[in-house]
Amino acid sequence: MDESKRSFLKRAAGLLAASGLVAGGAKRADAVEPPDVAPSMKAPGAGMSEYGSPAKYEVKVTRTGIRSQPGTTGSGASRAPLESLDGMLTPSGLHFERHHSGVPDIDPATHRLLIHGLVKRPLIFSVNALLRYPMVSRIHFLECSGNSQVLYQPAPPNLTAGQTHGLVSCSEWTGVPLRLLLEEAGVDRGAPWILAEGADAAAMSRSIPMAKAMDDAILALFQNGERLRPENGYPVRLFLPGWEGNMSVKWLRRLKVVSAPIMTKDETSRYTDLQSDGKSLMFTYPMEVKSVITRPSHGMTLAGAGLHQISGIAWSGNGTITKVEVSTDSGRTWVDAPLVAPVLPRALTRFRLPWKWDGAATVLKSRATDDTGAVQPERAKFIAEHGNNAVFHFHGIQAWSVATSGEVKHVYA
Amino acid sequence: MSTRDLLRVTLALVLAGCASAGATRGGMEGPNLGREATPAQIAGWDISVGPDGAGLPAGRGTPAAGATVYEQKCQVCHGAKGAGQPNDRLVGGQGTLASKTPVRTIGSYWPYATTVFDYVRRSMPYIQPHSLSNDEVYAVTAYLLHLNGIIGESDEMNAQALPKVKMPNQSNFIVVYPSRGK
Repeated sequence: MDESKRSFLKRAAGLLAASGLVAGGAKRADAVEPPDVAPSMKAPGAGMSEYGSPAKYEVKVTRTGIRSQPGTTGSGASRAPLESLDGMLTPSGLHFERHHSGVPDIDPATHRLLIHGLVKRPLIFSVNALLRYPMVSRIHFLECSGNSQVLYQPAPPNLTAGQTHGLVSCSEWTGVPLRLLLEEAGVDRGAPWILAEGADAAAMSRSIPMAKAMDDAILALFQNGERLRPENGYPVRLFLPGWEGNMSVKWLRRLKVVSAPIMTKDETSRYTDLQSDGKSLMFTYPMEVKSVITRPSHGMTLAGAGLHQISGIAWSGNGTITKVEVSTDSGRTWVDAPLVAPVLPRALTRFRLPWKWDGAATVLKSRATDDTGAVQPERAKFIAEHGNNAVFHFHGIQAWSVATSGEVKHVYA
Repeated sequence: MSTRDLLRVTLALVLAGCASAGATRGGMEGPNLGREATPAQIAGWDISVGPDGAGLPAGRGTPAAGATVYEQKCQVCHGAKGAGQPNDRLVGGQGTLASKTPVRTIGSYWPYATTVFDYVRRSMPYIQPHSLSNDEVYAVTAYLLHLNGIIGESDEMNAQALPKVKMPNQSNFIVVYPSRGK
C-alpha cells in the first residue's frame, strides 16, 4: 500500500469515528419499507429487450449544454452530464459531441479510406478490409480543446459541471494501429505530416505530425465494445490519444502524407490560442493536466452537515495522473485524494474522498498532477499568463462554493 | 551438439512451427488488403490546398465576380459585405487582437489566403458544400480578400496569384509543436 493510501485510510477512519454516519434521506410516503413486500416481487417483470436503455427514472440524465451555430442544428456541441456520472468510463450515448457540419449518415458498405501522397502505393481500404486487421484496445479520454472555455470569462458562469467541463469523455477505443496501414502503403518515413479528412459535410481536416501517427494513433472502429456511434465517427475515425479532440477526425475518408502542414481552417483560424498580447499559439496538441470535482458541484444542495463523499475526475494528455489534491477550506490546506484503479495514461482517473462538512461556508477545489510533473494551475495564474481572449485549452483549477444552506455554486476563488 | 546449439535448433523449430501455423510477429502484421488507388480516383478526392498553393485547381475569379456569388450564396449567413450575423463575421477587426474585444476575421486573423479557398471549397455554403465551381470559389476568395483590404478591387485570384497573397496576421502565430507536445 502506498503512503497516500495509508494516510487516507487513517484519515477516513478518523472522520468516521468522529462523526458517525449521517442518516439517509427522509422516508417518502410511498417508500416500501419492511415489513411490507415490494410490488416488484408480486408479479413477473418485463421481458428481454434487443437493445437496453437506462432506467426510466434516469431520463433526465442526458447530454447537456447543447448549442449550435445560428440557423444550424449540427454545427456545435453537446456535453456529458459529468455531475450525474461516476467511475472512469462515459456511456457512449452520453459521450460529448462536437460536429462542424452535422452527423453524416454513412453506410459502411459504401465507405472507403484513401491513403495517398508521399507513399509508394496509394491504397483504398473498405471498412470490411479494416475489420480484418490486427487491433488494439485502449482506454483513453477525448477532450474538445474548447472544454471549459466559459471559464475564460471574467465572471463565474451559472452552469453545472457537465455544462462547463462536459466536453471530455472516456471510452475504450478498439481499432487498427495507423502505423500498420501507413507501412502497407509504403509511407515515406521522412515525410513529417499527414492530412486527415472526414467524410462529413465540413470535410473536417487537420494536419497530423507523422511522429504521432506512427506512435499511438488508432483507426478506431469500436467504442466501449460496440461499433462506433454515428456521432463518434461511424464507421471509422482517427483517434489520437491525449490530443485535442478535433484532431481525431471522425468519419475518416482520407489520409494524405505531405511534407508540410496544410494549414486548414481548423488549425489556423479556429483551434489556435489568441494570447493577450495579440500573438496566437498554434499546434497546441496535448490537452493539459486538469481535474474537476463532479460531486458535489454547481446546482446541488448538501443535505446537511456531516459526512459527504467528494468524487471527481482528473486527466492529462501528456501522461498519467499521479496525484489529485483536494482542498475543502478554500485552498488553505490540501490533502491527497485516493485515485481509483485502474489509473491509465491519457484516461480519465476517478478520485474520491470522504469529507466531513461542519456546516460552515467554504470552497472546494481539486488540483491534479501528472507524471511529467505538470501541476494544474489556479485559474487566476492561468488567466494572468494567457489572458481572457483565448477560447481553447483552459485547464485552471475549478472552485465550487458551499453556502451554509448547503447550496453549491460555481465561484472564482 | 552443445546445449547452446540445441537451444538454437529448438528455437528455430518453434519459430518454423509458428510460421506454418500462420502466426505473425506479435500479431501485428496486416493482411495487406489495400487496393491500389488510380491517379483519377485520387484526383477526385484530393481537395486539400497547402499554403504554397499545391493542390490549387485551374480557374480564376475577381472580387467583382465574387460579390455576385457572395450575395447569392453567402450573405444570408455572413451578412452584407462579410459584416457577420447571424454567423461569423468575415471582414474587419484588424488591430483588435491585443484588445479586450478582439475581432477575429479572415482579414484580422487568418494566416494564409490559401486556407480561404480550401475551406470554402470543402465546406461552404453550409447547406450545400461542393456546389460551387472552382471559378466561383476563386471569385469569393478574391471578394473576401478585397473587402479586407488585402488585394485590389481588380486583382484576379488563380493558382499562381493566391499563394502569393501575404496575410497581415501571419507573423503573429507561434508554432508550439513539438516543443510543448511529445
